[in-house]
Amino acid sequence: MKSRIPLVLLACGSFNPITNMHMRLFELARDHLHQTGRYRVIEGIISPVSDNYGKKGLVSARHRVAMAQLALETSDWIRVDPWESEQEKWTETVKVLRHHYNESLRSLHFRKELMRNNWPTERATEDFLSSLDPVSPELKLLCGADILKTFSTPNLWKEEHIKEIVEKFGLVCISRAGSDPVQYISESELLTRFQHNIHLVTEWIQNEISATHIRHALCKGLSVKYLIPDSVISYIKDYNIYTEESEREK
Amino acid sequence: MENPDNKTEVVLLACGSFNPITNMHLRLFELAKDYLHETGKYNVIKGIISPVGDAYKKKSLISANHRVTMAKLATESSDWVQVDDWESSQNEWLETLKVLRYHHQKLASSTPANSLQNAVPLIKPGRKRKQEANRYIPAKKNQLSPETKGVPQLKLLCGADMLESFGIPNLWKLEDITEIVANHGLVCITRAGNNAQKFIYESDTLWQHKNNIHLIEEWITNDISSTKIRRALRRGQSIRYLVPDAVQAYIEKHNLYSPESEDRNVGVILAPLQKYARGCKQEQTL
Repeated sequence: MKSRIPLVLLACGSFNPITNMHMRLFELARDHLHQTGRYRVIEGIISPVSDNYGKKGLVSARHRVAMAQLALETSDWIRVDPWESEQEKWTETVKVLRHHYNESLRSLHFRKELMRNNWPTERATEDFLSSLDPVSPELKLLCGADILKTFSTPNLWKEEHIKEIVEKFGLVCISRAGSDPVQYISESELLTRFQHNIHLVTEWIQNEISATHIRHALCKGLSVKYLIPDSVISYIKDYNIYTEESEREK
Repeated sequence: MENPDNKTEVVLLACGSFNPITNMHLRLFELAKDYLHETGKYNVIKGIISPVGDAYKKKSLISANHRVTMAKLATESSDWVQVDDWESSQNEWLETLKVLRYHHQKLASSTPANSLQNAVPLIKPGRKRKQEANRYIPAKKNQLSPETKGVPQLKLLCGADMLESFGIPNLWKLEDITEIVANHGLVCITRAGNNAQKFIYESDTLWQHKNNIHLIEEWITNDISSTKIRRALRRGQSIRYLVPDAVQAYIEKHNLYSPESEDRNVGVILAPLQKYARGCKQEQTL
């Protein structure tokens, strides 16, 4: 029986703040990939953007990472990684992908070494070790399908980056029912060439919790309960994070 | 408790299957409370979730025990929304109006003043409340002073689908709808661009009491219906972040929703349709 390819999902973004919808994207993606029979999703990573991304209303990375950590406390497979947020300059998405891919290779190598040291010599053949974990995990970028549209925006992405993302890594794009992401792919020669590496997932249960709306609601003192985890609501209250002031700041 | 601002106190009551309860149901309460507070006229003091009894006979309705338990798990973290199982523990199906009357009665009898004046008949008209003589001094109607407190208004909280279900033949009695909007009021959460306003306009009964029907547009499109949750579960798909974690865990632990459970009550006529189709032959105009 053919074994499934281990796969890691990476989501980049502001996470300002993290919402139930962000986490839902991971669940949807995992279900879809498992259903293909070809993949075994082993990990999800949330990578909040660094502060010098310069987006209006972006609160400190320290808070955004902390909130994501609180939100993911109850998840047994998704975690937050602060590497990107700790970089001094803004990091292109492809570089974040490369970093995490190298990290997973490194940890795989480390695990193999560990196993090699723990097994009696005669059994610790390369073949045996490979059979335990035959392939290194694939890393795919998890995003909304509107990202496909942004690929065609002039000067937003470097052409060679797009190519590397879809060729070497791959995309898992979530779109809502009724939209047509296939159109964005067919409009781009590059995306068409690598469409086998772009997984389109339809979200049939509409739940569009935009972080912008959340911030506006918080500024106005409106409830966001059941849209973001209770632990994140408490954190925001304790640190008084989203205010009219923070919304204005660049 | 004092009410120095003279704001009207409101209790929100949501009836429904809650099969299972979802984050969307819970959101209805939060949206309604924020809206009513923003008018400056109301103070929402309590929310009540009243799951329907098994005798409703809706397709795929699982046991009330589970539905009530899940709702309680879901509202554990809320300091103002609670679950009431009176409706679900009745042997027969009860009209929504009767549930409203019951809860109104409960509120009235726990209010120091005005309770006797505001008492409404219970289901069995023969049974009268025991009147404790001289315990309460009934204040004049509509007079609110810091020492006395009026009975909170009890409003029915719902989505636009319930409002529009008023138009389904034999599902509701016209006199019930009238009493609901006249004596209690509706708080109805709608999605942008839906037909609720048009529906109210086209109904003489609803139009007459439109001041007592609050339409609230939700600012986040939230389509987490119980039907979709059950569908996802049958297909082995994740429902995390669509329902509270405790509810998801409970469903998983008890393996509640399956193709078999979806077929419950197949072929059985819904209780209100059974009840009214027999008696009511003429068409009512809403």
